[in-house]
Amino acid sequence: MELGMKCFKRALWIYHMNTGSCNGCDIEIIAALTPRYDVERFGIRLVGTPRHADVIALTGPVTSDMVDKVKRVYEQTPDPKVVLVVGSCGISGGVFHESYHLEGPIDKIIPDGTFVYVPGCPPRPEAIIQGVIKAWEILEEVRGNGRTTQKTEGEKD
Amino acid sequence: MRYEIPIGPIHPALKEPILLQLSVEGEEIKEVDVIASQNHRGIEWIGMNRNNPIQSLYIAERVCGICNISHPSALVLAVEEAMDLEVPERAQYIRVIQCELERIHSHLLWAGVAAHEIGFDSLLHYTWKVREKVMDILELVNGNRVTKAIMMYGGVRRDIKKEHIPKIRKMLQYYKEGFDKLAKFFLEDKTIEMRTRNVGILTKEDALKLAAVGPTTRASGVKKDVRQDQAYFAYPDFDVKAITPDMLTGKVVGDTYDRIVVRLLEVKQSVEIIERALDEMPGGEITSQPKIAKLLVDLKRADGEGIGRHEAPRGEVIHYVNLKSGFEPFYSWKIRAPTYNNIMSWIPMLKGCQIADVPIVAASIDPCISCTNRAIRIANGRKEMLSKEDLHRLSVEKTKKLMRGG
Repeated sequence: MELGMKCFKRALWIYHMNTGSCNGCDIEIIAALTPRYDVERFGIRLVGTPRHADVIALTGPVTSDMVDKVKRVYEQTPDPKVVLVVGSCGISGGVFHESYHLEGPIDKIIPDGTFVYVPGCPPRPEAIIQGVIKAWEILEEVRGNGRTTQKTEGEKD
Repeated sequence: MRYEIPIGPIHPALKEPILLQLSVEGEEIKEVDVIASQNHRGIEWIGMNRNNPIQSLYIAERVCGICNISHPSALVLAVEEAMDLEVPERAQYIRVIQCELERIHSHLLWAGVAAHEIGFDSLLHYTWKVREKVMDILELVNGNRVTKAIMMYGGVRRDIKKEHIPKIRKMLQYYKEGFDKLAKFFLEDKTIEMRTRNVGILTKEDALKLAAVGPTTRASGVKKDVRQDQAYFAYPDFDVKAITPDMLTGKVVGDTYDRIVVRLLEVKQSVEIIERALDEMPGGEITSQPKIAKLLVDLKRADGEGIGRHEAPRGEVIHYVNLKSGFEPFYSWKIRAPTYNNIMSWIPMLKGCQIADVPIVAASIDPCISCTNRAIRIANGRKEMLSKEDLHRLSVEKTKKLMRGG
């Protein structure tokens, strides 16, 4: 991991969305923000709207009611973006698999997304932080280490 | 002129998906409707079709990640009643300790979220820092911070070892010393008082009429607590009394401030219960049936029904279970989560409030949407929201279900 403080290009803003989770992951995400783990010291923070976010943190197995909302939130987030899937149920359905009210897992809803998976039921705050760092690395790579967006557009594919 | 304002299902003030339909005149809220179903995962269906009863115990834990001891507690009570299963005394004490540890963590979590909702973020961080102490103990005793998998029919799965006890006592000491500071922050601070006093009032009559449970109803002066009314586990030994706000402030208003008072006092009460439970905990076995395979066979043979009532941090949770011999999953399983009762109290609370009060008032009942959304709810206004395709799909599904004989 070549990600020292030097290449700290910009603070990472996260939009958290619950797609039908049991709250276990959600409280661990908040625990990661609060003083024991304190990711806010790196500028990582939760934001109130997907339009400000670099990363969407999705928890839960995606219930039928939430499918269109997940799609809309994904579309509203500006590129480049990474979807951080927190918890086993977003990855595979977890304990809720086979239920009649699930449309997930999340990669079925957003087929062309870039995903970082954080498994666990629920994952520990340390694991969530590691997932955020993985997302960070991906974003840094896509942004071409801070080069302008015009260049990255030219480099598509 | 009336305006309709939808809040949710995705909204930064609500950590879980639920839709509040407000109708406002100026800043004042005139009508409120609650539309839930976004978090429905079909847990009861899973318990009645896919899982055997022991697997269902773990899925009961995932009804809600915050009350992850409460749902298994009510479920083991129901199943033990249905199959007449004995529980050793030590296991009952361990269950009480686990339940009270959960109450501490849940109420502190709520207090932090409530502070966040009124924009007092430094208090959110302080409360969650305090909460990490009990999380450490939960991890030490159970091996995991959130979902602990400790309950089992006929006992508990893990013992509280001798070397754990001094650490638990140290944590209890920390909370005893820190309680006054926490109470000062929450109860004497001008900001909190301004935002919560006389906001979101639930009268005693309304609380009784809407059958509200837990701290929501106790804050309105109703002395209702399952641990007091119908004691279970080892609670009869502790003589738990329902806590009402007049114990501290001398009066009952039934507003958001009173709900803070009740929850803070309950943290103190839980600390005292754990302390006594550690002193009085008897020795012996922790489960009456250590062999899971044998237990599973017994469960398959059992015939009967049972009801489990447990006082969760948010109020009374009820599980109803029907076992039929020869049928491996639950023949029927019904969960009634506390938020299910409490959510309707939003309507009298929010009427007459300002829009800016919605987050704190909504948070004041400590809503747990994931608990509520297991069953299909038919709320007003829901019908309009179903599109033609949805209705068609529902109709097709119902036909299929009827044809399968379900």
